[in-house]
Amino acid sequence: MSYEVVGITILWTFLFGYLIVASVDFGAGFFSYYTAVVTRHENKVHNIIQRYLTPVWEVTNVFLIFFVVGLVGFFPDTAYFYGTALLVPGSLAIVLLALRGAYYAYNTYGSSKENDKIYMTIYGATGLLLPAALSTILALSEGGIITETNGKVRLDWIQFFSNPYTWSVVILALVSVLYISAMFLSYYAKRAEDQHSFELLRRYALFWSGPTILACVFVFFQINRQNPEHFENMLNMSWMFIASLICFLIAVYFVWKKVNLGWAFVLVMLQFAFAWYGYGRSHLPYILYNQISIYESFTNETMAIALIIAFIAGLFILIPSLILLLRLFLFDSKYVRGHSPKKG
Amino acid sequence: MVDLDPVTLSRMLTGLTLIVHIVFASIGVGVPLMIALAEWRGIRKNDPHYTLLARRWARGFVISVAVGVVTGTSIGLQLSLLWPTFMRVAGQAIALPLFMETFAFFVEAIFLGIYLYTWERFKKPMIHLLLLIPVVLGSSASAFFITSLNAFMNAPQGFTLKNGVFAEFKPLVAMFNPATPTKVSHVLASSYTASAGLLAGIAAYSLLRGRKEAYFKKALKLTVISTFVFAVSTAIIGDFSGKFLAKYQPEKLAAGEWHFETTDRAPLIYGGVMDESGSIKYAIKIPYALSILAGNSPNTEVIGLNEFPVDERPSLKIHYLFDTMVTIGGLLVLIPLIYMFRHRLSRKGNKRGYPKWLLVCLVLLGPLAMAATELGWLYAEFGRQPWIVRGYMKVAHAATTQDTVGYMIILFLALYIVLCLSCVKVLAKLFRNKDVVEEMRELGIHAKGGMKP
Ligand code: HDD
Ligand code: HEM
Ligand code: HEM
Repeated sequence: MSYEVVGITILWTFLFGYLIVASVDFGAGFFSYYTAVVTRHENKVHNIIQRYLTPVWEVTNVFLIFFVVGLVGFFPDTAYFYGTALLVPGSLAIVLLALRGAYYAYNTYGSSKENDKIYMTIYGATGLLLPAALSTILALSEGGIITETNGKVRLDWIQFFSNPYTWSVVILALVSVLYISAMFLSYYAKRAEDQHSFELLRRYALFWSGPTILACVFVFFQINRQNPEHFENMLNMSWMFIASLICFLIAVYFVWKKVNLGWAFVLVMLQFAFAWYGYGRSHLPYILYNQISIYESFTNETMAIALIIAFIAGLFILIPSLILLLRLFLFDSKYVRGHSPKKG
Repeated sequence: MVDLDPVTLSRMLTGLTLIVHIVFASIGVGVPLMIALAEWRGIRKNDPHYTLLARRWARGFVISVAVGVVTGTSIGLQLSLLWPTFMRVAGQAIALPLFMETFAFFVEAIFLGIYLYTWERFKKPMIHLLLLIPVVLGSSASAFFITSLNAFMNAPQGFTLKNGVFAEFKPLVAMFNPATPTKVSHVLASSYTASAGLLAGIAAYSLLRGRKEAYFKKALKLTVISTFVFAVSTAIIGDFSGKFLAKYQPEKLAAGEWHFETTDRAPLIYGGVMDESGSIKYAIKIPYALSILAGNSPNTEVIGLNEFPVDERPSLKIHYLFDTMVTIGGLLVLIPLIYMFRHRLSRKGNKRGYPKWLLVCLVLLGPLAMAATELGWLYAEFGRQPWIVRGYMKVAHAATTQDTVGYMIILFLALYIVLCLSCVKVLAKLFRNKDVVEEMRELGIHAKGGMKP
């Protein structure tokens, strides 16, 4: 593999990590809001969600930072094109992320015992707005919307909003978030031996599985309209998308039958992994169609090697720490069931 | 405001975000160290007061970390959004520390999460304390990495510029540039000072409001002595920073000191005003002091501002920023010194407690130290103007070309106001709802110290 491909693979993997952890988090925000404020179910689902999220929320954010910093590091031109074009949408996304993160911490670590309505609303609303906003960057990457004329980079807003492809990606992002999140939370509720929440979350998971797969198919064909070259590449790797579909079917079957819930979630991750890497691979060599190619916009070789070494060294610290975190909080049944002492 | 040019607006927005971020970043770097110190004393002296102190600090700390994280995310993305050309070019030399910083964040975030939820989970309290080490190392490492990037902007090296093309990049050389040692150590020391000062201020505030429990006195002693130690080291390192400037960035020192002609035996000008003709009034002149700051000897030649072309000189206003920072630096040493003296006296039989004026001064330690941090950064950043990468790239050529930055300033100003106000509100409520004495009773700790039999 060339350095370019190693670089983009590392970044794509971190974005995948963000996709999974953040989806659980975003969806959890929505479900919390929905069960507690809209349907006025008792707070049980919310408690499950809190127990999982509390120790990990800050980690989620770092995945995103890592991706952005790494992207600019490996491919400095991305800062120039995306950075200039995304000033307004990027700033709005920062505001949403900031409100979400801060209010989450205020509510969880602050002393208010009752869950504040304002907080729940901010948390629920940003849970949907953020994936919608962030996913549009994938739509932009297909080209034709960011233009450079006379050395000035511009984003064509009309083209952007009137494009069905943009909307198909937004819809896919929204339903996937709810699907991934519900799949994970029903597994977690089962581990917590909370039968009631489990039943509720399982229903959500099954409910959102249909729209998810429909949205996938819809996006698939919209790419053909938007960028036939990319679509052609995707067809050449169609096995990845078929593998994704198979994982989806088995995962839903498991949840339907209420068996192997851990495996069901692993399959959900595989489903998205196949689709994610298939999409990413067929997108190459472009990061932004016809403007940023990984080969022409690569950083210098010394920096690339330095970044890759730093990355490998970083993994040696990161992976054991992550395993420790998961063992203490995700796989420790005492903690999951809520028998462990509360926060300091 | 909206019709200023994108360059000015980008500078304003960057400055705004960093001014907010640095408050929480300094707390993020310094407070874990203070928590570790308190918890360690608690274990060693078997005194539950210190453990409770660590616990209560940690509880407030998470709230401020949250704001640190979100404002940090904000500046992290804004670097690319507002300075695309800078990131495109300088990124080739300096992406490494930014990239490594994210690993430091990861470690910090993971272990902080674990630390907060495991107060009673281990049989040996020492294991719990050990969890704090990665948090301290992680936050200090992130300060190191980000500051080395800032150091590079002041003393760039590790690349060549031929015919307008940057080439032959050496990331490690760029990272370990001449500014890195003084800058990083001064930033770390000042973060520790600011955090210790802030916590000292909180303890003094409780005493001022009439609390008498031993808990608050112990908290005060620990934090004030720490402030003293850190403030002395900050000042010593600040002196090294001056020597760095004299050698590598003389225009910043000269502008800060209103020093125009290159001479030896240069006096240090403190305060004062300058009229249109450039003559300085009402200033205190300390003979030889600038030469000593620049090179430890009155015979050191200090380069004056006249050696630089007019359009490459920073604003002369930074003089006041520097003077105020140094004045505060002096106060941060002096106030703890008075306290320690009083403390000595009161141990020798004079049991009157602390006088009110001293407690008021101690409350001010926190705000003063934060102000010094802000002033120091403003001095360092305005003093680099008009350069973004000194000698290579001017700020005017690095900014975004978008003309919507003005609206973004309004957006972010609103965001930061909301974040800061709600943060203060949440913190105040947190500590009001759970009084120390009440918590000590819950945990079975005597107000006078020691466990109940
Ligand atoms: C608690 C905060 C604090 C205190 C008490 C001081 N400083 Fe400071 N100073 C900082 C906090 C700070 C800082 C925020 O950390 C800066 C901004 C950028 C940097 O490198 O450190 C800084 C910058 C800074 C610079 C510019 C460095 C550069 O641009 O590269 C100099 C020359 C000094 N300081 C010198 C001093 C001296 C002689 C002090 C004597 C008392 C002093 N500082 C006290
Ligand atoms: C956290 C403490 C910091 C504060 C309070 C601060 C403050 C400021 C201010 C006020 C400006 C505007 C300067 C002007 O318009 O004259 C500025 C500019 C800037 N700062 Fe800093 N800064 C800090 C740290 C850093 C660090 C660590 C970096 C590097 C990663 C950095 C990168 C920049 C950049 C890129 C600009 C824009 C270019 C310029 O105006 O020179 N700053 N900062
Ligand atoms: C241009 C300058 C800066 C950038 C781009 C930046 C970036 C960031 C980012 C992205 C985060 C959030 C990390 C997360 O998600 O966990 C963060 C937090 C943090 N930053 Fe900054 N930062 C800057 C300036 C500084 C400075 C000058 C310091 C130290 C003196 C600093 C120290 C920290 C610390 C310790 C945190 C962790 C939050 C906490 O524990 O409170 N940063 N920063």
